[in-house]
Amino acid sequence: MTPDVSQREAYGKALTELGRVNQDIVVLDADLRPSTMTKFFASEFPERTFDCGIAEQNMISIAAGLAASGKIPFASTFAVFAPGRCFDQIRMSVAQPRLNVKLVTTHSGITVGEDGVSHQSIEDLALAGALPGLTIVVPADAVETTQAVRVAAATPGPFYIRLCRPKLPLIYDENYRFELGKAVVMREGTQATIMAIGTRVAAAIEAADNLKREGIDCRVLNMSTLKPIDETAIIQAATETGVIVTAEEHLVHGGLGSMVAQVLVKHQPVPVEFVAVKDTYAESGSPADLLQKYGLTAGDIEKAVRSVLTRKKTA
Amino acid sequence: MTEISDVSIQTERVIEMKSPSVADMETIAKRVRRHVVSMIGRAGSGHTGGSLSAVEIVTNLYFQVLRHNPKQPDRPDRDRFILSKGHAAPLLYAVLAECGYFSFEELTSLRQLNSRLQGHTDRTRTAGVEMSAGSLGQGLSFSLGVALAGRLNAQSYRVYTLLGDGECDEGQVWEAAMAAAHFKLDNLIAIIDRNNQQIDGWTRDVMDLEPFDSKWQAFGWHVIKVDGHDFTQLADAFDRARLIKGQPTVIIAHTLKGKGVSFMENNPHFHGIPPTAEEVELALKELT
Repeated sequence: MTPDVSQREAYGKALTELGRVNQDIVVLDADLRPSTMTKFFASEFPERTFDCGIAEQNMISIAAGLAASGKIPFASTFAVFAPGRCFDQIRMSVAQPRLNVKLVTTHSGITVGEDGVSHQSIEDLALAGALPGLTIVVPADAVETTQAVRVAAATPGPFYIRLCRPKLPLIYDENYRFELGKAVVMREGTQATIMAIGTRVAAAIEAADNLKREGIDCRVLNMSTLKPIDETAIIQAATETGVIVTAEEHLVHGGLGSMVAQVLVKHQPVPVEFVAVKDTYAESGSPADLLQKYGLTAGDIEKAVRSVLTRKKTA
Repeated sequence: MTEISDVSIQTERVIEMKSPSVADMETIAKRVRRHVVSMIGRAGSGHTGGSLSAVEIVTNLYFQVLRHNPKQPDRPDRDRFILSKGHAAPLLYAVLAECGYFSFEELTSLRQLNSRLQGHTDRTRTAGVEMSAGSLGQGLSFSLGVALAGRLNAQSYRVYTLLGDGECDEGQVWEAAMAAAHFKLDNLIAIIDRNNQQIDGWTRDVMDLEPFDSKWQAFGWHVIKVDGHDFTQLADAFDRARLIKGQPTVIIAHTLKGKGVSFMENNPHFHGIPPTAEEVELALKELT
C-alpha cells in the first residue's frame, strides 16, 4: 500500500511548476495560503500572488478582472466559502462572461473533520453545478489533482476544482493522464457499477474488491469530471451492468448522484442507490468517525450494492 | 403600445473631434440624453434616472479622457471604462453609439430578444462593454483585477469605474476599496454618481453613506469632489487624478437623478420606471 498523499500539496506544487513556464498564471488567496498550499507559488512568485484577505467576494471579482485582461488566475479558498460565500460573484463575474478563472477549493466534504459544520462543504457541487458553463472536476488523488490543474490551466474557460483536506491513497501512478469529460474505469465488472468522485473513489475500489470476494462483480468508475458529465459511460454502465451505486462526500441532493440519475432517467432507467450525506448537516469528529456515522464508508458502499442488486430487473 | 418617434436616432454622428470643447460636449450630452429617454421609452422598461445623472461623466470620459478606438474595441492598451452600476446600460450604449461602436439604429433594439443591447450590460454580447454587470457591488473588484493585470504587464492603461452611490451599500465595494489602497493601484480611478437617491428613496434615509468623503479617505483613497454635470470640473478632476501616485483616486461626482428633464430630476419614480410615450415626447422637447 502506498503512503497517503495530499491533494493540496499536489495542487500547490503543480501551480508552482505552471508558474515557471507560464507568466500569465496568477494566484489569489483569501488568507488561507498554508491550508490551500498556494504558499509554494506565493514564495516563488510573490509579484504574481494577490492575497485578498478574508474577502472571498472581492477575490472572485478581482480574478475575473485579471482573466478579462489575459491572465490565468487560480483563486483558492475552502470549498465551504466558494461557491457558498461568493456564488453571485462566480455567477456574474466569472461564469456568465465565461472568463478564464480557475477556482480551486480545498477542505471539501465532511472529512474536514473536527472543525465541524461551518467548515464542512456538502453543498458546493450543487451550487457550482447550477452555473452554466462552469467545468467541474473532483480529482480522486494527488496524481489526478496535478493532472487536472494542468488541464485546467491549458483549457480556456471557468473551472471549479474540488479538493479535500486529508491525505488520500494514490490510485494512479505517474503515467496516468487525466482526460476532461471522460469517466475512468477503475475496475471492470458486469453485475453492478459504482460511480464515485473524490475521496470516495478509493472507498469504491475497496468496496468492489471486497464484493468480488463475495462473488459480486462490480465495475468502478471515477467520475472526476462532474460537469460536463460522461453520459456515454453512464449509459453504457447502466446497459451492461443493470444497477448503479453513486458515492460522494456531498449532500445527496445536487451532486454526483443527482447528475447521474438525471442521465439515467432520460436514457436508460435502472435502479440506483445513493451513498451521500442525507438531508442533514454533520458535526465535529474525526474524518473516519464522520464517514462512519454519516454512512459514507466502503462498507456503506458494499451495503448499497447488495441492496440495489435486490432491485435489479431480470430479463 | 404607442410607437415612440425618435428623431435623435436618425441624426448624423457629430463626433470626429480630437479635443472637443465644453460646448461640443454639451451638445453630445444632450444627444445622449435624447437617446437614453427614447431607448427606455421604446423598450418599455429600464432605468432612466440613474442613466441621466451620469451623462456628463460618461460623455466626458469617452470624448476627452479615455484612449480608445471604436474600430478596435479589444486593443490591449485601451483605457478601460467599467460600468459597475450596470442598470445605467442605456447611457453606456448611447455613448458607445455616439463614438461609433455601433449604429444609432441598433439603440432601438434595447432589451429586445436577440439584441446585443441587454437590459444590463453583458460583456459577451456587446463591443466596448467590459463587464457583465447589474448585480451591484462587483465592478470595483473587477476593476482591481484589470488594474493589477495592467501593472503586471507594464501597460500604461488606466481603469475608470463608475459606481452608483446606492451601490456603495454593498459590502463588496468596501472590500474592494480596502484592497485597491492596499495594492496601491494608482491606475484605478473610481467615479461615484452621487445622486443621493436609490429605489427606496433618499440614500440618507435608506442607508446613510455619510460621512462619505471621509469613508473613502479612511480606506486610503485620494478623494476629489466635483459637480458631476460640469464638464470643466470633471475634466479638471480627471487631470488631477492622473497625477496621484501610490494610491487610487475616487471622484465623488455630485449629480441629480434624472438630470436634464425637469419632471424627472430628483424624482425617484424614474429610477426603474420607464417614461410613457407622452413623457418621452415632453422630455425630447426639453432636450432640443
